[in-house]
This record gives sequence, structure tokens and C-alpha cells, in this order.
Amino acid sequence: MVEFCGLRLAHRVINGSGTFDALAARRCFGDELIRSFPFAAFVSKTITLGPREGNPPPRLWETPAGMINSIGLPNRGLAGYLERDLPELMELGVPVITNVMGSTIEEFAELAGALAGEPGVAAIELNVSCPNVRTGLDIGADPRELGALVERVRPVFPRPVIVKLTPNTADVAAAAVAAEAAGADAVSLINTLRAMGIDPRGGRPWLGGRFGGLSGPAIRAVALAQVAAVAGRIEIPIVGMGGVSRGRDAADFLAAGATLVAVGTESFRDPAAGARIARELTEISSQNAG
Amino acid sequence: MIAPFGRRSVGVVERREVGAYVVIVVADPLGVEYAPGPGQFYMLAARAGWGAGDGERPFLPRACSVLDARDGSLSFMLEDIGPGTRRLCELEVGEEIWLTGPLGVGFRAPAGRAVVAAGGIGVAAVFALDRVLERPAVVLGFRDARHAAAASLFRDPGVATDDGSVGHQGLVTELLEAELDGGGEATVYACGPPGMLEAVRSVCARRGVAGQLALESPMACGFGACYGCVVATRDGYRRVCVDGPVFDAALLDAVA
Repeated sequence: MVEFCGLRLAHRVINGSGTFDALAARRCFGDELIRSFPFAAFVSKTITLGPREGNPPPRLWETPAGMINSIGLPNRGLAGYLERDLPELMELGVPVITNVMGSTIEEFAELAGALAGEPGVAAIELNVSCPNVRTGLDIGADPRELGALVERVRPVFPRPVIVKLTPNTADVAAAAVAAEAAGADAVSLINTLRAMGIDPRGGRPWLGGRFGGLSGPAIRAVALAQVAAVAGRIEIPIVGMGGVSRGRDAADFLAAGATLVAVGTESFRDPAAGARIARELTEISSQNAG
Repeated sequence: MIAPFGRRSVGVVERREVGAYVVIVVADPLGVEYAPGPGQFYMLAARAGWGAGDGERPFLPRACSVLDARDGSLSFMLEDIGPGTRRLCELEVGEEIWLTGPLGVGFRAPAGRAVVAAGGIGVAAVFALDRVLERPAVVLGFRDARHAAAASLFRDPGVATDDGSVGHQGLVTELLEAELDGGGEATVYACGPPGMLEAVRSVCARRGVAGQLALESPMACGFGACYGCVVATRDGYRRVCVDGPVFDAALLDAVA
């Protein structure tokens, strides 16, 4: 067992938000998904106050050793999540971490307040890769804004608050320090790197949303550097992610200072990747111990 | 028609060329328990040499309609249109591939007469219907004779080609309209390039005929995880992988 912010987890591998729809997966794979659920905790996709349709297609662009997505956070909205998704997510048998995003600090507080009364939500993760309406910058890229956000949310939600840091900033460690000082229980990183693809036929941006986020092994080395930079500046635990596709990669993130490791894009290639990576990580750890 | 959880490694036991296309057969002992329905698909990736092609791709697995399923084997028909399908087309007997599936919502049983219309590589998705449906009318469209070789897989298809080298010179939807003129309640089953599917959708709408269209969209995962493969429907964006790939024609305003 592994302890993370007071949660007891079976191993160190969880999923990155928005990379595994456990309810759709159960329709595809049946209850075998529950019996061999690959993650030690389940992180929901981002929930917003109102429903969102997401970005117009095309939403995907393949790159060397990775992909760019421009999905645009489609979700049922808070009410739909609480009524329809959460009860079924609680059948997974692992703690549920609900990822939320508001367009203002008050929206974040409203979301956190609504989830506070849901014992099935073991923790919340704040998606701060959203533009500040006033400055146009991501809230998470500005340590002062981020600190104000976490300070507002912290007293509203009585269980762990994780801040999902944006990598699209000059100094990710400064943002992590601000989150810790404001009372965050953990940080998770990295989110996808801002990226774009060009339509080879017309020279125009391929993605319906123009820009997207790069993920996969292509970003692993960048992610490791950011995790290490953050680990050198804060005491709270870190969920490290970015291109983890083998136990070896997970071990590297732990070595860089992470407590848990999240798997994202590799689950697209192998739906059971999380379980395989956790198993490989255990083998590596026992070899090192021996 | 659910899938075993996770990807599995299976061996290529046969490879043959059918005109412009390549058919690969893989041994899948699990296939007996998890038999695919017509219109379902699998995610495929070669175990070796995946990522070593043009532009350092492919990286993601590729969604492929299942052509046929028999005792312990599955076959897929492929066309080389990019780094992923190229690597799959180059597979040799004895190589291993990663396989996830069967996935998606396939074709549903018809009301009345079945008319099957497919174009190009889309014929793969409807091939199983030619076996499970009672005497469906089948009309197929291709660019030229090299592609039209795939019509030989079917029992008694009507064929149209763009260049007139085989069968009717013109559009497969012209053959479809002629079939529907034959009268009686019918369900149209279709798969093909977007322009052809849009023409089929429009024929169904104009005639008030039920249509089931198998759509295609680039996918990262195939099991609803990434939300990357959505298409616009009258109910908003829907994922081709878990809400389709087969959609009722009436749910679509247009196929783009």
C-alpha cells in the first residue's frame, strides 16, 4: 500500500485527467474492467459548472512519439456529473479524484463547494490551465493568481486538494511554491505542452481548435525536468506524468521526486497500460531493493 | 460483443493482396468467445517497427473494420494511405501485432429488405453483412478496376467504377437508387468515403428510407477515452468509437 495525502492506494500508478473514460471503457470491456482496474485511483475528466460540447473536430494530430489533442473539455457539467457519472464511478473500487475547472476563482469555489458534500469524491484536482478572463494568461501560469485561487478553494473542500500545474510557463516551480503556500495538499504535472499541427494539404492549422496539447513519450524528458525542478522547491507530494509508457519511465519520475505517477497517452495504445506499468514498477523496485 | 480488457498480441497467419488492397488474417483464439458483429472494429498496431515510418510515425494504433471472423481467426482489409496503414500492409506472415477489440456499435438487424452500399476500403465494414443477412442487395463503388478487385469477395454485387473499367460507369449511389426503385421497405447499410456517405444519407432522407452509416474518423484509443473521434450529430458531438461507428442516417444532418 502507498499513502498519498491520507488516501491509501494499492500502488503508485493513477490516470491523467481526461485520458481514461472509465464509464465508456466499461461499456467496451464489461465488468472485467472493474475486476482488473488498472489505476490505484481514478481521476475524472475535467468537470465544469455547465455542460460543454468541446472543440470542433478534427481534434487529434499524431506526432513523432506522441500526439496533439484539442478536445476542449467536453463534459456533462457539474449536475450531470453528480447525477449520472459519480455513482457509477464509485463502483470502480478505487478512490475517485474529481478534476474541476472554472473560468473564474468563484466558479472554482462553487465547484469545490458542491463536491465537498459528496463523500464519494476522495479528492479534487484543480485544472488551472484555463485563461484568466482579465489577463488572458493561464491562471496557473501566474503564481499570484494561482495562490489566490488555492486560498479561496482550500477552506471550501475538506479533503485533499491537488493542483494540476501548467507546463506552459517560464517557471513552473514558482507556481508550485505558490500552490503549496496557499494550502494545496499535492501538485500534479505536467499537463500537455501547447502545440500545433499543420494540414499538409493546405498549410492551415489542422486542429479545429487551432492549438492543442502535446502528450506522449515526446514530452517525457521535459516532464522529468519540470518534476525535478518542482520537487526541489516544495515539500508536498507530487503526481508526476508525461509520456510514461513503461515501468522504467515511472521509476524515473519517482527518482525525480514524484510520489505517484500518472499514465495518459499510453492508455490509448494499451487500455490496460496502467496495470502493466504498475507491475513493471514493482519489479524494478524489488530488484533495486534486492 | 464486448472486448477482453487490454490489448493482446496475435500472430499474422496469412497475407494476400486483393487488387489495391491487402488482406491480413490473424490467429485470435479469444475471438471465439468475443466474436465481432458486422460493423465492429479493432485497434491494430504492429509490435515491431511501429514508429519507424514516414515522419517518425505511426505512434497510435489504427482503427480497422473487421472483414471476417471464423474459428479462431480474424481478417482485416487494408489500404496503404499513410504511415500506419503502410506498416500494416507490409506485415508478413509470422509477425505479431497488438490487437484490441471488438469495439464499437455495429450494424443492427434490418426492417424489411436490406440494401448494402459501400465504396472503396469501406467494403470491408459491410462484408460480414453479405454473410449474415438473407440475400441482401449489394452495390459497391470503386475508383478503377484495381480497387474493384475487392468486389470478388462478395456473392453477387452490383459494381460501379469512376472510370467505367468495371461495371457501371458512375456513382454507387446511382446503383443504390436503382435498387431502392425496386420497391418495398428497405434498410440501407453503408460505408465509404465521406462524399459517398453524404450522398447515401441524402438519398435515405429524400426517400424516407432507414439508413445505417458506418463512419470513419481518426482515433487515438478506440474505447471512448480520448474524445478525439467525434462527429457532429443532431444530438451534438458523438464519439465514433463508442457511440458508432454505425449511426442512424437520420441522426446526421450531414457527413463531413
